[in-house]
Order: sequence, then structure tokens, then C-alpha cells
Amino acid sequence: MKYIVELDGVNKIYGTNHVVKDLNLKVEEGEFLTLLGSSGCGKTTTLRMIAGFEEPTNGSIRVEGESIEEKEPFERNVNTVFQSYALFPHKTIYDNIAYGLKMKKVPKQEIKQRVTEMMELVQLEGFEKRYPSQLSGGQKQRVAIARALINRPRVLLLDEPLGALDLKLRKQMQLELKRLQKKLNITFIYVTHDQEEALTMSDRIAIMHDGILDQLGTPTEIYECPKTKFVATFIGETNIFDGAIASIEGGDILVNIENGSILGTGDGFKSGEYITVSVRPEKMAFSETPVDGFSISAVVKDYVYVGSIIKCIVVLPNGNELKIERLAGDTLPQLGSTIYPYWKKEDAVLIHNQDNLIFEAIENITLG
Amino acid sequence: MRKKHSKHEWKSNTLPSIVMVGPVTLLLLFLVVAPLIFVAVMSFCRTDQYYNVVYQFSVENYIKLFNADYVKIYGQSIIIALLTTIICILVGYPFAYIIARTKSKRKQLLYMLVIIPFWTNSLIRIYGWRSLLGTNGWINTVLQFLHLTDGPLDLLYKQGTTVLGMVYCLIPFMILPLYTAIEKLDGSLLEASSDLGAKPVSTFLEVILPLTSSGIFSGSIMVFIPCLGYFFVSNILGGGNSDVIGNLIERQFKSGNNWPLGAALSIILIIVTLILVKIYQKMGGDMESLGV
Amino acid sequence: MKRRRKEKMHKRINVIFCALVYTFLFLPISVIVVNSMNATTSKPYLAWKGFTLDWYVKLWDNTALLEAFGNTMIIAIVSTILATIIGTLGAVGMYKYKFKGKGIIDGLLYIPVVIPEIVLGISLLTIFARVDIPRGMLTLILAHVTFCVPYVIFNVRARLAGYDSSIEEASLDLGANRIVTFFEITLPVLAPGISGGALLAFTLSIDDVIISYFVNGQTMTYPLKVMESIKSGVAPDVNALSTIILIGTILFVILTQGNLFKKAK
Repeated sequence: MKYIVELDGVNKIYGTNHVVKDLNLKVEEGEFLTLLGSSGCGKTTTLRMIAGFEEPTNGSIRVEGESIEEKEPFERNVNTVFQSYALFPHKTIYDNIAYGLKMKKVPKQEIKQRVTEMMELVQLEGFEKRYPSQLSGGQKQRVAIARALINRPRVLLLDEPLGALDLKLRKQMQLELKRLQKKLNITFIYVTHDQEEALTMSDRIAIMHDGILDQLGTPTEIYECPKTKFVATFIGETNIFDGAIASIEGGDILVNIENGSILGTGDGFKSGEYITVSVRPEKMAFSETPVDGFSISAVVKDYVYVGSIIKCIVVLPNGNELKIERLAGDTLPQLGSTIYPYWKKEDAVLIHNQDNLIFEAIENITLG
Repeated sequence: MRKKHSKHEWKSNTLPSIVMVGPVTLLLLFLVVAPLIFVAVMSFCRTDQYYNVVYQFSVENYIKLFNADYVKIYGQSIIIALLTTIICILVGYPFAYIIARTKSKRKQLLYMLVIIPFWTNSLIRIYGWRSLLGTNGWINTVLQFLHLTDGPLDLLYKQGTTVLGMVYCLIPFMILPLYTAIEKLDGSLLEASSDLGAKPVSTFLEVILPLTSSGIFSGSIMVFIPCLGYFFVSNILGGGNSDVIGNLIERQFKSGNNWPLGAALSIILIIVTLILVKIYQKMGGDMESLGV
Repeated sequence: MKRRRKEKMHKRINVIFCALVYTFLFLPISVIVVNSMNATTSKPYLAWKGFTLDWYVKLWDNTALLEAFGNTMIIAIVSTILATIIGTLGAVGMYKYKFKGKGIIDGLLYIPVVIPEIVLGISLLTIFARVDIPRGMLTLILAHVTFCVPYVIFNVRARLAGYDSSIEEASLDLGANRIVTFFEITLPVLAPGISGGALLAFTLSIDDVIISYFVNGQTMTYPLKVMESIKSGVAPDVNALSTIILIGTILFVILTQGNLFKKAK
């Protein structure tokens, strides 16, 4: 697979603010890659460095093998769809879309043909002579996309393009964008803070946190096998246990946590290591009697009805809450009763503990 | 029933509106409209040998206005005003652009620094240029000290000096509207233009200039029109050979003692002003930005 | 890092250009300040004869100048107050009420702003002469109010643009009558626009030359006194007074809007 965009050791520092830390990222040709994270994580800065609006403090950025850090935005063959659309208010829709071609001095006949084609593609026929102020949010969105795509860039950069749209339109546009990307076979680098959006649209997701790339993988990999605590908690809902490995016997890893011990499995762990265990609510079960390998108990606090699913909130002795998901219709224990949560050891994801919870852990854990 | 309704209406609508808008209306009628009408009337009058105004209809003033000497001054005024406006744009636009788009934390201060000089009396500042430009003035002293020139340069009492003085007085009226227009410019539009392949010059011509043109238009009106009337600048710096229409009018109302002729000249000036404002409106200028 | 060097060079050019423009703007000011300390004693007071602060003392002997300055202040204060009241009432009235002729009044407001000052000046002179009003403080004040009112109205109007009139309805609902509502609710909310307009009016009045030149009769204002001095040579005490006024204005602005000069966060 050819890499169309490569970031090597890219850093961005504003004064004392280290916004992007040592980023290494290789984007595959034709893929839909999403940079996902909450605000301030560095994802937009990364996108802007690829576009050329920011210069990396150090490190290199290559597009199709060619180094581009020294190039101005108008010298790069990547195009951007801006969060605010940035449509030229004084130009018609036709002139907006034709702008990039005009800059390349494409002949008028060809411009006309390509603009017409592109407007059909985004379903905006008939809007040629209108002005941006006359368009709705969704229509402006499509103009912005058309304006960028018409230049046949190798890579399209999208900076939270759907943020301003209402929910229904957003869902529609997500499918639209995916369809366009597949049809045109252009590499999309997409920035968003909406994890559901990322999971829906992406071939691969790069989760960023505090300037660092936490994990790069397919949606399934990210969801099922989070490599850091941040990724585990950012994507979907999960239950987190911090503890230390008491023993490893075959595939069974016994972990001591504050309220007892739990079971998990995985490779590359050693006994005594501090560990974080992540278990998704839908993978958790409970029994009325203690289960082998699990010595935690909890009291049922509340049930939250969410349509087809019921979320059970149970409370551990130390006050921490766990979320267990059940299908509506299952028999459920009574409020206030004590239950024993457990799960299949394969359903627990063990993560090396990178945070400084070590000191907290020491207080509360009895090592085997 | 009807009477009660309209009494309430009187109290809550008509009376307040009269009280509030009445003073302004009276002011405008008596101190703006009436005087101007009177000037128009007077322009068609004559004076007798004692310099009193004789209220008999006569067009002799307007005929005098087409005198070659006067026409020369009209042309001169327009050239001076045009030069002043062009220089104000060429210097004022980049300046306004830089301070309007600076990310410096002292942006407010930079803005204020443009306005502060104008809290000093304009006459005395124009007079200051005499000290600067005279044969023994500051500039000549420095130039000779640095051996950049052999003798003093003759900088004062030229037509160029008047233009300099006009530019000096009027450039804030160009900078401020430009500043307002440029500040409203959305930075992401500039990025989008660059992203789509436009070099800086193209971005300027295609995006920046069209979107800030309103500032250029209102600034130009606010510079060109006053320039025609600023007689004191040409008096202090021009030395007599760079009169503008304002000088002609001033002379008739003071030393010349021919108010009707002065009135006629003023009518001409008003007509020129109206034509310029109409052009401004036709080019899309909106009147509100003139009140800045 | 060719791009960064190019950016740095651009920045340097920008700074130099702006510095040149600021120098241009402030050069005559420096002349005024420097000349106020010129030890020259004979007209036309242009040659430099040494440094002295004497003129700041001699200034107080120049009764004519001080009287002119006093007139200017009185006119400015009275005109500003009148213009602010008339202008604010007018702006609010035009905002709230619809009536025939509103468009005409609106248009008329632009006349004093757009028309060259000399036309305003002579037109007022002719009308005062015709109606036989003696020219002096009264005519000066009338003239100043006339050209200040539109600026006050524009400033207040700008503030009214974002004004939520439902707060007045709330006030009426809670039992206040229209007059009380005006003073308790409307005015305070409009205060920034009103004070902006008042400040502008004051500035325009203090510096007015052209209009005052025609309607002043025998009354001297500070700008007109300066104009008189220019004919014979501006003595350093006039420079001294100007310097004092400048410093006073700067201090006033710093005090009332001090946060403008601090670094924005």
C-alpha cells in the first residue's frame, strides 16, 4: 500500500504550548482517515500543518513522497473544506466553485464543463447564480465540498465540516461524504470530536490526546482493543478498573483491584505490573453468587431505560459506579440487592498503566 | 370608545415621539435647511456699492463664476483633492490593513495612536509643518547635517506642500473606515483562497479588495469633499498658489465682502458634493458608514 | 525554514512602514512640544534660541489667549451637553416610533456630516445676519450644536442596533411609567453609545476652526486665536497651551479608558 501522506516526528510548539508532540502518521492512499479527539488535542493543528496554514516546529511532512513543509498552501495539491465553509460572500456559487480552476488558468470552456459536473455531483444544479447568503447550511456545506473537490486534489482535508448542521442533516451528510469518497477514490483526512461520526465513516481512526497520537487503527480495533486508558474511555462507554497483576496462570490473569480481584487475559504482561482493565457495559454480567476469579460485589443503584436497552448502575463498596447493559425484557435484580459482576476473561481489555495512578494504587492494593 | 383609544395612543405614541424627535427636527429645519435655502436665494442677489445685499433676482454671480480665473481654481481644487485622496488610499490602506489584522496584544493602543494626534488643534499642527519644511526648518537642517543635500531644499509654499497638509489632516478619515472594513474580513476566506491555489496578489485582488471596497469608498468621500473646503491648509502652507474652492468662498465672505458671490460659489460646492455622493451611492456605498 | 524567514522579513517591512506613518503623524506634534520650550522672544518665533520652560509661566499672563481658551471650553461643554440630549432623544425617538417624514429627517442628518464645513459656516452666518442675531457665544453654541448632533445620533443609533426593547416592556410591566423607564432602563443601556457620541461631539467642538471662523463675531475661541497668531508668528506660549491640552487629553483618556493601554489578555 502506498502512503500518500507521511508525518515524521512532527512537533508544533506555540511559545510554551506544545500542541503536537512527536507525531508519526502514515496515511494510506484512498483511505478515509479520521483524526479524533476532544478540543485542544492537536488534531486541527495537524490538519492545518498538512494544508500549509501552520508550519511544523520540526519534523517533516511528505505528500506523495515529496517534502512540503516549505511550500505555501497555494503550492500544495491538497485542498481543505473549512469548518465555517469560508465561502466567498461576494462571489456566486459558480464563481466560488470555479475559483481553484481559475487560479490554475484552466480554459473557460473546461471550467464550465467541470463546474456543471461537480454541481450535479453534489446535487446543487440550478444554484449557479446564487450567492452564499441565500443558501442553507447544508447547501453551503456542499458548495464548500464541491469547491475543494473540483481541483482533483490528491488529499482532501476536512475540518469538522458537519459541526454546524442539525442531527438529521449531519447523519445524511455523513453517508454522502462516504459515498463521494468511495466514488472519487480520493484520500480523505477528516477531523472530528464526535466519536460516533468517526466510527461510522472511517477506514482508520487516529485518536489524539494532549498532542499525542494514542492509537491508530480500524474502528473495530479501536473499540475492541483500546491501547490506552484514554482511548478506552473516549470511544463508547466502558468500565475502568485500576489495579495490579496478582498472578498469571496460562491465559488467566488475576488482577487485584481496590475492592477485590477480577479476571482478564492478554499477552505481554508480567506479574506485579500495574494495570488498567476496561470492560464494556454490554460485556458485563452479574450473578447472585460469587464467580470464580471475581471477588467484587456491588449494590444495584438504578436502572436507566434507553429504549431497547436498559443500563444498570451498580455501586462498588468504594463508591465507584459500574454500568452494565442488558436488553429490555431480561430479568433484572432488585434495586438495593447485592450482585456479583463478572465477565468472560477475553472480554476484558488489559492496558499497561501509563498514568500516574501508581501512587493511588499503592495505597489501596494488597499485593498477592 | 374611540376617544379613549386615541387618547391613550396620543400619550403612548404621538406625544413621546414629538417630544423626542421634535428638538432634532427643529434644529435641522432652522439651522440646516433654512440657512441652505437662504444661501441659494442669496446666490441670485447682488451687492450695491456699500456692500449691502440687494434682493433683486440676478444671475450675475453665476456668470462671474465661469470666469477663467475661477475655472482655473476649480480645476486646481479637484486636482489637489484627487491627489490627496489617492495618496491617502495608497498610504492609508496598507497601514490600516497592518494594524487591523495584527495579532499584537497592543492593537487597541496602535489604533488609539492614530487618533491621539488629532486631539491637538489642527491649525497648530499644520503650522508645525512650517517649522519642519522651512529653509531653516528641521528637515532641511537634518538633510544638510547628513550631507544629503548641498543647500536647503525649497519645500514650503508649493502646491505639493498643500497636498501634504491636506493628506496630513484627512488621512485619519481614510484610515478609520478602512480599519473597520478590514477588521470585518474573515480570515478563513484568505486561507480558503490560498488553499485553492491563489498566490498572495490574486488573493488580494479577488478576495480582499472587493470585500473592503466599501471602506475605500467611504474613506474617499470623507477625504475628497472636505479637501475642497479646507482653505486654512492652503493659506498656511500653500503660499497663495494652491487655492481651493474654499479659499474663494472665504475671501468673498471676509475681505471681498461679496456675500452673494460667495453664496453662489457655495452652491457650486454643494452641487459638486451632491454629485459625488450620488456617485458613491451608485457604486454601492452605504450612507451609514459615513457617520463613523 | 525559508518560509519562516520570508515571514520574518514581511513582518519587519510592516513594522518599518507603520513606524514611518506614525512618525509622519507625530512629527508636527513634536514640533509643537519642542517649540513650546524655545527661548526665543521675537517674532516670528521660529529660530531656536535655547531651551526654556519660561513660556509655560508666561502663558498665564496672556489673558487674551486664556480667555479664548475659556470660551472654547464653555462652548464645548454647553454644546456637548445640548447635542447629547437632543441627539439621544432624537435617536431613541426615531428608533421606536414610526411617523411620516422619518426618512426625510434621517436624510437631513447627513447634510452636516457630508457637506464641507465652510458651507455650513457661511450658511449659518447668512441666516444669523438676516435674522439679526449678534454673532458671539450664542451663535457659536448654536453652530456647534448643529454639527455635533448628527454624530451623537449615529453613535447612539449604532448602540440601538443591538438593543432588546423587551427590557422596556418588562419595566412597564413591573409598574414603571415611560419617563421612569427611560431614565432607569433605556439610558443606562445606551450609555456607551451616548458617551461615545458625547466624546466625539466634545472633540469636534474644541477643534472647530472653519465654522467658528464665520459665526464668531468678536468672540475669540482657542482655535481662532491660534489662527490669528499664525499671521504674526506663533509665540511659544500658544505651543505651551497646546502641549498642556494634549497632555490633559491623553491623561483623560487613560483615566477613563485605561484598559485600552494595557496589553489585551
